[in-house]
Amino acid sequence: MKTKVSLAVIILTSAFGNVLLSKGMKQMGDISQLSPGEMLGAAIAALLNLWVAIGMVLLTIFFISFLATLSWADLSYVLPATAPSYLLVAALSHWLLGETVSPWRWLGTVLIVAGVALVARTEVRTTP
Amino acid sequence: MIFALLATLVLTSAAGEILITHGMKRAGEIHDFRPRAFLAALWRAARGGWVPAGVVALAVSFFALMAALSAADASFVIPATAATYVLNTLGAGLFLKERVNATRWAGAVLVAAGVALVSL
Repeated sequence: MKTKVSLAVIILTSAFGNVLLSKGMKQMGDISQLSPGEMLGAAIAALLNLWVAIGMVLLTIFFISFLATLSWADLSYVLPATAPSYLLVAALSHWLLGETVSPWRWLGTVLIVAGVALVARTEVRTTP
Repeated sequence: MIFALLATLVLTSAAGEILITHGMKRAGEIHDFRPRAFLAALWRAARGGWVPAGVVALAVSFFALMAALSAADASFVIPATAATYVLNTLGAGLFLKERVNATRWAGAVLVAAGVALVSL
């Protein structure tokens, strides 16, 4: 039960965290052409953006949940089990950021779901 | 140069996650999720050294990713990160002594393929 709960937390916080971070950073404008010093300043200023701040909080929760889950579950179980976040990111990018979703992306979605279903049939922990 | 960056980001990402997993397993399974006990458990894991080392490796991986993205298309770089699913599974079997059966391998390979495609 705790594994199911922690996996759900991991998937939701990483997907929403990444998408909201992206939403906020897009509002800041392209910082990739700045000099390193200016880029650092821009990245720090970005923390004041509401979406970036919420995204960072969610991503922090994601990382802590990830660490906690690894205290009992196999890494080779947890990583595929959290791959559904890629699907959620694709869907949220479309709904919240207006990005287009290509046919390749839908095919990739199907493969990820199939892979996750297989891994979910294995044991959560195989070490003593 | 881009291939050196991709190799770095994939290898350090796998190394980081394996180091973190090792550290968390050594510190012991977390049972008590109440805030104080939970934070104490995370602190105990951090003191062991393995988790911080893993975090440093992940940080290196992240910077390699940023550098790669500044030099090449995201639709080229991000699918390459799917290789980490296979590398991590390999490392988990070799270093963490996890028993990775055929079903789990098949699943990891499908996920890696799917992640590569989703990025397109």
